[in-house]
Amino acid sequence: MSAAALLAVEGLSISFPGAAAGERMRVVDRVSLSIAPGETLALVGESGCGKSMSALAVMRLVPKPGRIEAGSRIAFEGRDLLSLPVPEMRALRGARIGMIFQEPMTSLNPVVTAGEQVREAIELHAPLSRGDARKRVLELFAQVGIPDPATRFDAYPHQLSGGLKQRVMIAMAMAMRPRLLIADEPTTALDATIRAQILELLRNLSASTGTAVLLITHDFGVVNEVADRVAVMYAGGIVETGTRHELLSRPRHPYTQGLLRSIPRPEARGGRLAEIAGAVPRPGHWPPGCRFHPRCPHAFQPCPVEEPQPTGVSETQAASCHLVAREVGS
Amino acid sequence: MHQVSNIVVVLLALGAVWLWRRVAQDRFWRENTLALWRRRRLAVLTVGVYVAIALLDSIAWIDPASEANALTSGKPRTIIDRIFQPETFREASYSAPLARVSFYGGQPLAHPGKHLLGTDLLGRDVVYRTLKGVRVALLIGGLTSLVVIPIALLFGVSAGYWGGRIDDGVFFAMTVLASVPSLLLLIALIMVLGKGTVQVCVALGVTGWVHFCRIARGETLKLREADFVAAARALGVSDGAIIRRHILPNLAHLVIITFALTFTALVLSETILSYLGIGLDGSWGQMIDQARNELSRTPIVWWNLAGASVALFALVLAVNLIADALRDIVDPRTHREEL
Amino acid sequence: MLAYLVRRVAYGALTVLGVLLLLFVLFFAVTDPDDIARKAVGERARPEVYAQWKVNHGYDKPLFVNRAYAASDARRYTDTLLAEHFRRMLTFDFGRSDADDSPISRRLWQGAGPSLTLTVPLFVLGLVAGVALALFVAFFRETYIDRAVLVLCMLTMSVAALLYIIAGQYLVGMLLKWFPISGFDPDPSVAARFVALPVLIGVVAGIGADVRFLRTIFVEEMSRDYVRTARAKGCGDARVMVAHVLRNALIPILTNIVMAIPFLFTGALLLESFFGIPGLGSLTVEAIQGNDFSTLRTMVYLGALLFILGQILTDISYALADPRVRLG
Repeated sequence: MSAAALLAVEGLSISFPGAAAGERMRVVDRVSLSIAPGETLALVGESGCGKSMSALAVMRLVPKPGRIEAGSRIAFEGRDLLSLPVPEMRALRGARIGMIFQEPMTSLNPVVTAGEQVREAIELHAPLSRGDARKRVLELFAQVGIPDPATRFDAYPHQLSGGLKQRVMIAMAMAMRPRLLIADEPTTALDATIRAQILELLRNLSASTGTAVLLITHDFGVVNEVADRVAVMYAGGIVETGTRHELLSRPRHPYTQGLLRSIPRPEARGGRLAEIAGAVPRPGHWPPGCRFHPRCPHAFQPCPVEEPQPTGVSETQAASCHLVAREVGS
Repeated sequence: MHQVSNIVVVLLALGAVWLWRRVAQDRFWRENTLALWRRRRLAVLTVGVYVAIALLDSIAWIDPASEANALTSGKPRTIIDRIFQPETFREASYSAPLARVSFYGGQPLAHPGKHLLGTDLLGRDVVYRTLKGVRVALLIGGLTSLVVIPIALLFGVSAGYWGGRIDDGVFFAMTVLASVPSLLLLIALIMVLGKGTVQVCVALGVTGWVHFCRIARGETLKLREADFVAAARALGVSDGAIIRRHILPNLAHLVIITFALTFTALVLSETILSYLGIGLDGSWGQMIDQARNELSRTPIVWWNLAGASVALFALVLAVNLIADALRDIVDPRTHREEL
Repeated sequence: MLAYLVRRVAYGALTVLGVLLLLFVLFFAVTDPDDIARKAVGERARPEVYAQWKVNHGYDKPLFVNRAYAASDARRYTDTLLAEHFRRMLTFDFGRSDADDSPISRRLWQGAGPSLTLTVPLFVLGLVAGVALALFVAFFRETYIDRAVLVLCMLTMSVAALLYIIAGQYLVGMLLKWFPISGFDPDPSVAARFVALPVLIGVVAGIGADVRFLRTIFVEEMSRDYVRTARAKGCGDARVMVAHVLRNALIPILTNIVMAIPFLFTGALLLESFFGIPGLGSLTVEAIQGNDFSTLRTMVYLGALLFILGQILTDISYALADPRVRLG
């Protein structure tokens, strides 16, 4: 881990109660990642792999009865977030770290106007007068590309389109110029054209304000648009990390390879769709050894037995795979 | 009159057997019933005991002339009556629980130390009177609901499923009835119909019907739009079959929970009616009402009130707990995935 | 919005007519005016006395059709009990009590004050206590505090209202002698003493059900996404519960609040009767015990009227409170 990392997550594990009394099962298992200042890291994976939980853990917003296990470490700007007293954590939330969510309709308070909600984000952290705060909100609205900000200030969420709502969310999260923005599938619920606009907005904001972005997504198209670096998650663990270019053109982990292969291409029309055989194992039902091994076309003798550790493929790329370890070792 | 009661008991017993077999056959019902048993054993047992007492108090017959004595000849006596022998097992007036002498005056009692909860103003054993109240309570709550629910279902499901004029009519009737505060309507009905057992039950039924009808109608409206109903219709299934096979089973859990809640509401409202003088004879409400004045005596007479209150409280609490557990069991949000 | 309001009010008016019809059927068609007369005057009066009494109390006309008039004469239908009933009820001409001949309207005015003195504090206190406790419990959901309070609620809900009153009167009034057990004095400086005990009992009796109901609403709101967003902004627990959860939960709660307003007038029947407060509830209880059908009829009608009014107000307030409904 680089000492200059803005966010350094080490060995993060999150567990939930299991079916039997007293039993706990992990949904996130020893995840480690880091984000440098101003960098955009995309955390990619299928539904249920634990990526959203990991993001919530950074904010310490893991919903009960979930629990961040002992041994996890999350350092932001050098400070250990997990041992921070609650009032200090609250001071960080919305000020130094911002977060936006997937469903803008339900993520905004339906009985409060858009402007008021963004203003709250400001007033919680800065002693501005109501008038000054309102001015700042209008500035923010303009920055995120909301047309006619003054009218939109008094609009209720249900009066705004999906794209506008998401812009309001972004304005809310960016209001105090955070160093890190966590975006949990921000475009999944939006139409394709709006998706492109929002992604472009995120890219521009990150560039102009120097804000780092942790982007959660399941869509490699999104990865391609905005990510600097990528981390791929499977069944609660990180299986591969690397730069965008490396992962999209030279993925080493069989799961990443499978994912990319399964993206339908127009040229391959008429042929069979590629797929990864089998299904993602549920928490509590993870196979022993490498969690991907039952579905892996290259599985061999150590895979069902031992969990693979990250093997560096280059300075920036690493994969947790016995096959890769063998290839690199030789 | 007691013959009717006997027949009803037989019918109920048959109905219970039929229900038991249906539940045992169906996986969903069997599991839910077992879940309920596991969670609320004490409450279910309590209700069971009450039901048993009520049944014992509903089976009555007249002694043939050869066996009868002067006090009991010609009157139908229930099993509870025969156990307690109220005609002879009594005193002149008040006596404290397990006392050997009367409460006022200290006269020796006819049955010293035998009255577990003492005797009331007329010397009647309080335990006996409390047990007699069980049947009345279950009559008010249970029998009334059992009659009301099918009728309310009929109207509610019809209104929800077919809509249109039927719905307009039913909805208007519901609104009119619901607009009158239920206690006032209840009082008005009883004043007008008279103060007998049947009349009170009818009045309770009329006021209780609306709430359930509204729920049935609402749920039917929702279910009517469900995908599986649309699929059934697309397959050409008739309306009647859809209602029987798709709508009613999905209403069943709601019926049960509403039954439990209506039960307690009815039993509790009867106590108010007793206070107003228009309740049922022999009910706990009546005992409580009579006992009211006893608290102002010195020394106070508390056992009458205690017997009726505890019996009432235990029953209502048990049913409430069961209804609560049922709601948890049936609520899809608390279901764990079983794959 | 306006069209909706108009429709709502029209339907409400229709409902009122329906209620009047129901009352007519109950009180005139099912009950025999002769019986009422007999109960009021006594069993042994001469027939002329009954007849005169019936004329005085408006029971002398035929039910639906007055065949004394020709078929073409409108009075054939308007000079009937049915028409009279509708006309008088709709014009609030309530007539006289069957029991003691006193004008009902006057009794209504006299009773309204004492009733409100009891029911308004009862309602406000009950609401505040219920909301506060429910918010508290919802925040601590799934913990021991939550479970303990829920058990308490279940227990208190299972006790009959009558028992609360009897126990309350006995324990607090007679044993502890903190408050008088009955009576009333309209003088504001003294009235509080008489109302304190019934209000206290009323709040305790109702709080169990209230807290459970409110808690469910609050817990439901707390699981919503916007609460997560609020926390992500840095909102503290108190702010989340009050500014976000309560604000949204108020909408379903409002329904119940506005609905309760009509009942403020009809009075808490039991409480007034037990505690000797001469309000509308007591009036109703006296009417029951005195077989006073005309007063009872009036009370039921007013109850329904207020209820319907309450429902219309509820719909309006719902529309005003929820911007999704208000602005479409």
